[in-house]
Amino acid sequence: MIWLTWRQLRGGAVTTAVALVALAAVLALTGPTLASDYSSGITACTRGGDCARFFDRFFDDKQIPFLAVTVVVLVLPALIGLFWGAPLIARELEAGTHLLVWNQSITRTRWLAVKLAFTGLASMTAAGLCSAAVTWWAEPLDKSAAPGFTLMDPLVFGARGIVPMAYAAFAFVLGVTVGMLVRRTLPAMAVALAVFAAVQLAMPLVVRPHLLPPVSSAFELSPANVDGIHMPRDGGSLALTLESAIPGHTGAWVLSSHLVDRSGRTLDDSGPGAIAVSTSSGPCAPPEQRPETAQAGDHYAGCLAEINRLGYRQQATYQPFDRFWPFQWIEAGLYALLIAGLTAFCFWWIRRRVS
Amino acid sequence: MTAVLQARGLGKRYGRRWALRDCTIDIPAGHVVGLVGPNGAGKTTLLKLAGGQLAPTSGSVAVLGGPAGGPAQLAKVGFVAQDTPVYAGLSVADHLRLGARLNRGWDAALARNRIGQLGLDLSHRAGNLSGGQRAQLALTLGLAKRPELLILDEPVASLDPLARREFLQGLMEAVAEHELSVVLSSHLVADLERTCDYLIVLVDSRVRVAGQIENLLATHHRLTGPRRDPGRLPADQHVVSARHTDRQSTFVVRTEAPIHDPAWTVSGLSLEDLVLAYMEKPAAARPLLEVQQ
Repeated sequence: MIWLTWRQLRGGAVTTAVALVALAAVLALTGPTLASDYSSGITACTRGGDCARFFDRFFDDKQIPFLAVTVVVLVLPALIGLFWGAPLIARELEAGTHLLVWNQSITRTRWLAVKLAFTGLASMTAAGLCSAAVTWWAEPLDKSAAPGFTLMDPLVFGARGIVPMAYAAFAFVLGVTVGMLVRRTLPAMAVALAVFAAVQLAMPLVVRPHLLPPVSSAFELSPANVDGIHMPRDGGSLALTLESAIPGHTGAWVLSSHLVDRSGRTLDDSGPGAIAVSTSSGPCAPPEQRPETAQAGDHYAGCLAEINRLGYRQQATYQPFDRFWPFQWIEAGLYALLIAGLTAFCFWWIRRRVS
Repeated sequence: MTAVLQARGLGKRYGRRWALRDCTIDIPAGHVVGLVGPNGAGKTTLLKLAGGQLAPTSGSVAVLGGPAGGPAQLAKVGFVAQDTPVYAGLSVADHLRLGARLNRGWDAALARNRIGQLGLDLSHRAGNLSGGQRAQLALTLGLAKRPELLILDEPVASLDPLARREFLQGLMEAVAEHELSVVLSSHLVADLERTCDYLIVLVDSRVRVAGQIENLLATHHRLTGPRRDPGRLPADQHVVSARHTDRQSTFVVRTEAPIHDPAWTVSGLSLEDLVLAYMEKPAAARPLLEVQQ
């Protein structure tokens, strides 16, 4: 039975292997350069003192390949579900070959078990290898990633560590289940893709933020969490935009970030009139009126200090960076439950309902 | 008489529709049994239930003395499904390997010889085979697992007359060589006449008649004569079908005894006439318009 399963998977497996080897070759060729650039850059910047700028530049330069390999890891499970999962049973039912194979001297339970286990393991191996290669290659970039692209952020989280394997196994079993219900390959592929995409969106949007209770805290405003201050020249009120980052917690996944005033009331992010600070005189007046602040940076810092003094804070809920691995395991566990449920359903259905 | 296939009150429902309902049937061992009936009579469903491909909704079906579909039964029953499906992407050699891997009792020599006799190229992809060759490949797989019972569901329905004859001839040779019981469904009576020695007519899940073809032909007669009410025929003459014009009546009757009534012109029946007589529904029960799925 393993032979037959392998024989039926062979074409797809070879294609996938060739693609993975090509990807691995590219990563292996560029990875060491990336790592040495990073370490020499770190050495230089620790002497010079401004590593933040180095991180920004380093990450900006490599952002496109970084996103490309990340997307590869995110898309691979969907492809596995489409091309390995959905046709696994649907194609047999469509061509009637299930009647041929079910009349050999093995039970259909065993037939399904071998097909699921073998192809499922192949799916997990492919996704695991792909994720491992990308995780290795992207390590310097993950360390210097800009807010929104850190390991905890939804885009990157799903493309590192062990969750890609869970996604691949889930996509595969989902494809098999849908194929068994729909009984036709192409519609099964479409339905499986739609359901998988919905689950993959629902996970980071709805479920993942609550895997562990998020931390909620107020932070002083500083260049780390303030994107910009707009100081109107005509004496209107000050506008401030926050970045989705929090000082002192590099790489945290910021779920929400608001400006609050002294009493803890949430202010509209950049609404006019929100911040009650004088813009005609004092630290937040336009620089022309305050020639004593020679540099724009000083002026900016002075204004920020004044806003802080007035009690304005960034109120943020977030998942700290050190929860990356706990989250990986919890999420993989959740998918394992889904996989177990779908697998049990497949066995029940093939025994009772499919003809 | 031991039964290779025994169904008791067997039923299979798809949603609300019963494909087979309350079917009770005994198929004896050692025969090549032809199962014949109109489309929708439940032939395929009955054979799939017997092959263990389906689970019954009600009743039970036993094959070779055990419940159908069990692991022990699977090895003893060969099943060639309707349209003889094979894996289009696999070669002929792959199919033989599949059989060898999945069947303990696989007869590799038989399989190779048959493929050789058929002149099939082992490296040929099954998807490129002609309909007749595909059917022969499926039959080879069914035979080489060395079953005690071989079930074939409309194996020749989509074949041209020549391929059909070659297929049935191959089947006959295998039956003679390996002494297996065969159940073969078809709606082509001519095919069954050449192949089978036992006939079962299945209409609306019910067995209308079952018996050795020789006996059936010997005990069925067509009576033609002046118009007469069927109730006035002798008690030992079972009326299968009756047809009347203003002055004349034609009956198909089944009887063991000779017919002496001089009013009748007695003639024999061909197997096809016999089957058609049984497939006709009783006049009273017949709706004006029949809609079939």
